Amino acid sequence: MYPADLKYSKEHEWVKADGNIATIGITTHAQDELGDIVYVELPKVGTKFSAMKEFGVVESVKTVSTLYCPVSGEVTEVNPSLSSKPETVNSDPHGEGWMIRIKMTDPSELNGLLSAQDYEALIKK
Amino acid sequence: MRYIPNTRRDQDEMLSSIGVSSIDKLFVDVPSSVKINDIKSVPEEALSEMEMKDAAIQLSDKNLGGRKYVSFLGGGSYDHFIPSTVRHITGRSEFYTAYTPYQPEISQGMLTSIFEYQSMICEITGMDAANASMYDGATALAEAASLAVHHTGKKLIVVSRAVNPNYRDVLRTYANGAGSEVIEFDYVRGDGSADLKDLNNKLTSEVACVIVAQPNFIGCIEDLAKISEAAKSKGAMFIVSVDPISLGILKRPGDLGADIVTGEGQPLGLSRNYGGPYLGIFAVKKDYLRLMPGRIVGETVDSKGRTGYVLTLQAREQHIRREKAFSNICSNEALCALAASVYLATMGKSGLKEVAEQCLQKSNYAKKKLSKLLSLKAPSFKEFVIKPSRSVDQVNKKLLESNIIGGLDLGRYYPELKDNMLIAITEMVKKEDIDTLVFMLS
Repeated sequence: MYPADLKYSKEHEWVKADGNIATIGITTHAQDELGDIVYVELPKVGTKFSAMKEFGVVESVKTVSTLYCPVSGEVTEVNPSLSSKPETVNSDPHGEGWMIRIKMTDPSELNGLLSAQDYEALIKK
Repeated sequence: MRYIPNTRRDQDEMLSSIGVSSIDKLFVDVPSSVKINDIKSVPEEALSEMEMKDAAIQLSDKNLGGRKYVSFLGGGSYDHFIPSTVRHITGRSEFYTAYTPYQPEISQGMLTSIFEYQSMICEITGMDAANASMYDGATALAEAASLAVHHTGKKLIVVSRAVNPNYRDVLRTYANGAGSEVIEFDYVRGDGSADLKDLNNKLTSEVACVIVAQPNFIGCIEDLAKISEAAKSKGAMFIVSVDPISLGILKRPGDLGADIVTGEGQPLGLSRNYGGPYLGIFAVKKDYLRLMPGRIVGETVDSKGRTGYVLTLQAREQHIRREKAFSNICSNEALCALAASVYLATMGKSGLKEVAEQCLQKSNYAKKKLSKLLSLKAPSFKEFVIKPSRSVDQVNKKLLESNIIGGLDLGRYYPELKDNMLIAITEMVKKEDIDTLVFMLS
């Protein structure tokens, strides 16, 4: 359920690192709690974030939730398909439902995030 | 509702807990000039219903209302004709007495009317989506500026000095709390329309939005396409505050680059009501739909596939995300919006056009007759500025003796327009009324 090659935040985002590029989305658990997702508000390419700052908003039929950026860096890419198909976040949260790619300024921040095992333990609490 | 008593002991307890010695001390901020200290005129003995009615009529006869007086007073609130359908329908108790009538199970009538209102506002403004209305033109404008500040992440709001001075006050109040800054650009003196040079001087890439009124407060018509172009060239959003009646004849701001259109809906079937309740028009282009403050009614289907109406996009509404909200408006002016829908439905496209044409033609007739007194050159819609030979106060006193309510004293708002008067002419004014005004002024 939670791929071992991803890192997880306590706010239910996942990060997949490839060199200094990090792909970020929300977890299966998060999309399940939100319910049907109808809108994802994402930042513009070039926006800079420091770790755990708000980078966007995800809206479902029952609530609106803030998205936090688990690592510091600059947005290099935004998933273009989410504006017309936000439901992809429900159907494939760890894959096609990714949200942004970031060029990390400090990849060591990844060490401060949770492993798949730790994250599963967190959501079982 | 539960009855909550308020005994002397309760009052004393409350006062001592907040550390105030008497109830009167709570009202020290109210100037004594507006307080009624002498209530001896209230009779000792209770009146009969008949006597009471007489007394009330005597009081209300002091008002300069009704059709006994002709009004040339505008400046944001206008004397337009209200077809009888408006009062008939808004007076129905299903609409008139309902409180927060938004439950789709029981309020399809109200929700349908709001959906119709939103659709008609979109049509007349040329925008993609409108909300269920806001409090008034001033707050709608200030909310539009907050949207722009939130969306662009910039803090500077550039507003024309020819936007209603009261609206600019509200705008500054909102900006003050939100940490944004309001900068004004001038109109061309002697002309009355926006000073594009001054605007361009004040436009930087730090500007969130440019705000103008159409027509502006001193009656002139702005070149929206040019102002929009200037704003967009610096990445600023373009906000236009409209008089909805003018849209019967002027090009729609949505077709000229406006990102947000706001306006005062009072001319659409609402009485002047001593200044309120009024109706805040708020409409946006599609890109800003989810940033729009307030309520929105949407069309959907029920479990049997029948068309129905519900409040929609509520998840983004401010009462749910309170700590993240950039607007705290969670309500609307449903009954006033209903009046506007009935007004627009009654008038229709050709009716609205005719009202606008009458305003334009009659005010142009008056301008021609008063050409020697005109202060501004730019084309106008239903209001224009003149400088009479005496002070505005003196002129208005004289006019009142002939049952004419004169124009607005612009010196109150614009030092450079001291002794100038803003004259408003709607379809309610007859040619003879204008001739009387002209006679009295010359």
